[in-house]
Amino acid sequence: MTDLVELNVSEALDLLNKKEISAVELAKAHLAEMEKGRFLNAYITETPERALADAEASDKRRADGIARPLEGIAIANKDLYCTKGILTTAASKILSKFVPTYESTVSQKLIDAGTVMLGKVNTDQFAMGGSTMTSYFGVSKNPWADSNGEYTLVPGGSSGGSAAAVSAGLCMAATGTDTGGSIRQPASFCGVTGIKPTYGRCSRWGIVAFASSLDQAGPIARSVKDCALLLEQMAGYDPKDSTSVNKGVPNYVAALGKDIKGKKIGVPKEYLMEGINPDVKATWDKGIRLLKEAGAEIVEVSMPHTKYALPVYYIVACAEASSNLSRYDGVRFTTRVEGKTLDELYKNTRTDGFGDEVIRRILLGTFVLSAGFYDAYYIRAQRVRRLVYNDFKKVFDEVDALLTPAAPTPALSYEAMKNMSPVDVYLGDVFTTPASLAGVPALSLPVGVSKEGLPIGLQVIGKHFDEETVFQVADVLEKSAGFQLKPHRVKGA
Amino acid sequence: MSFDQKTVQNISNLARINLDETAQAKFTSEIDGILEWVHQLQEVNVDQVEPLVSVSIQENAERSDVVSDGNIRDDLMKNAPESAHGFFVVPKMVE
Repeated sequence: MTDLVELNVSEALDLLNKKEISAVELAKAHLAEMEKGRFLNAYITETPERALADAEASDKRRADGIARPLEGIAIANKDLYCTKGILTTAASKILSKFVPTYESTVSQKLIDAGTVMLGKVNTDQFAMGGSTMTSYFGVSKNPWADSNGEYTLVPGGSSGGSAAAVSAGLCMAATGTDTGGSIRQPASFCGVTGIKPTYGRCSRWGIVAFASSLDQAGPIARSVKDCALLLEQMAGYDPKDSTSVNKGVPNYVAALGKDIKGKKIGVPKEYLMEGINPDVKATWDKGIRLLKEAGAEIVEVSMPHTKYALPVYYIVACAEASSNLSRYDGVRFTTRVEGKTLDELYKNTRTDGFGDEVIRRILLGTFVLSAGFYDAYYIRAQRVRRLVYNDFKKVFDEVDALLTPAAPTPALSYEAMKNMSPVDVYLGDVFTTPASLAGVPALSLPVGVSKEGLPIGLQVIGKHFDEETVFQVADVLEKSAGFQLKPHRVKGA
Repeated sequence: MSFDQKTVQNISNLARINLDETAQAKFTSEIDGILEWVHQLQEVNVDQVEPLVSVSIQENAERSDVVSDGNIRDDLMKNAPESAHGFFVVPKMVE
């Protein structure tokens, strides 16, 4: 008997179409695994009744010959996606009772594609963090154990619940969001694959906003092909998001299985930074070698503004966040802490409802936008952002895609992260923020293993709206790297 | 530039967040550390460089000036902590 929770999306679709398994069996297997895996704290809200109802409807559609592209595939949504009638918290106290009366465009598209929703997964609070440690609902655990066999590692973040759940078999695929690396870094930490598409590819409508000029939706799954299958359904023009681009969505799966002979792959020398973990460096070298063996031409390129991307990101993202989060005022979104005046009510509600990392970013964002500092910080950061963008434009005149590490280290432990300063924590985003600022698509997939046996991801970055080349290169890398390791299956609690 | 306690008091007021003495001291030192690190941006020559506001290539779209939704008052009020007669209720502002 096939173990249903170890199936990839593409394998499951095949078995479903052959009627060898049913969507209800698939949903039940995952619900049982979720119960065993509760100690990982990957889910904030489980929706078993909804999952079984969705699955039954799916089986009926298939029997009636009207199956949709992802009919019966069991997925989880990051708890940043508004889901109609289902709690949507952004992992915060201030939205801890918020039940949207509408469905986000991307999660609706996944419903329309036939997916079955298992629940809502954990994230850093308002997607601010790289570990899920800022979640009001507690940290998620990385299903990869440390060298003592203990679950002490963070899954990364902010889409850490998504990555942990996909890695542990608590769902087949999950949605994530990526503002500065929030899909790619947790994918790397948990040994799974995730893509942040081009800015404008997916609608942001109905996704709790963090930094609007950077936020993008994307999938996390267990293979490049699964990500291609998911993204094809998630992407597309939406008149409700003025930044979503009116451009046809290509058949991403068709990009897979093509060789990359003659493709030019850039390796930016500035990504070789101090403090990069030696196993990460070795994995990067391995990726370069594998692509070369597959016939690609490796070109060393220079992107001189790379090191400025991270400080630019923190100024821009915090400025936008301080503005976006002003809507949580105790008047419209469920939680309120009373005050004698309206101002007191705002202050009491916000002070009680936001965690420390969110407050830190709101304060920093308010500061860089305030009179007297706006030009020196915010406008300067936007100018340097253009230089980072121009670096990408220039190298993409020369190469088809870039290969870089996804994160400077394998998964870290909570203990180590607890004692880090904010700046040290932010340094974890050093390889992912440049592509975010430029708006180009970037995918992380597992390629190597650390001395401690932990997965290490590499990042493939492509041109604007050229997700196809990203998938094509990642597919070749996935096949040649042959990364087969999985975390130990969750034992019963 | 140094980010001092007085600045944090002003900023937290603008952001409508209360900070007690301990929190003020903590955030002052943390944000000062972040700004010190951000200071490296001063070394970049940005003369003649236009700020990059958005990477979206979508041009502003126009649509016909017709009502496309509406009649969702009850939906809008559903998450209000306090409402009456279809309005959000806040503390009395005018004596």
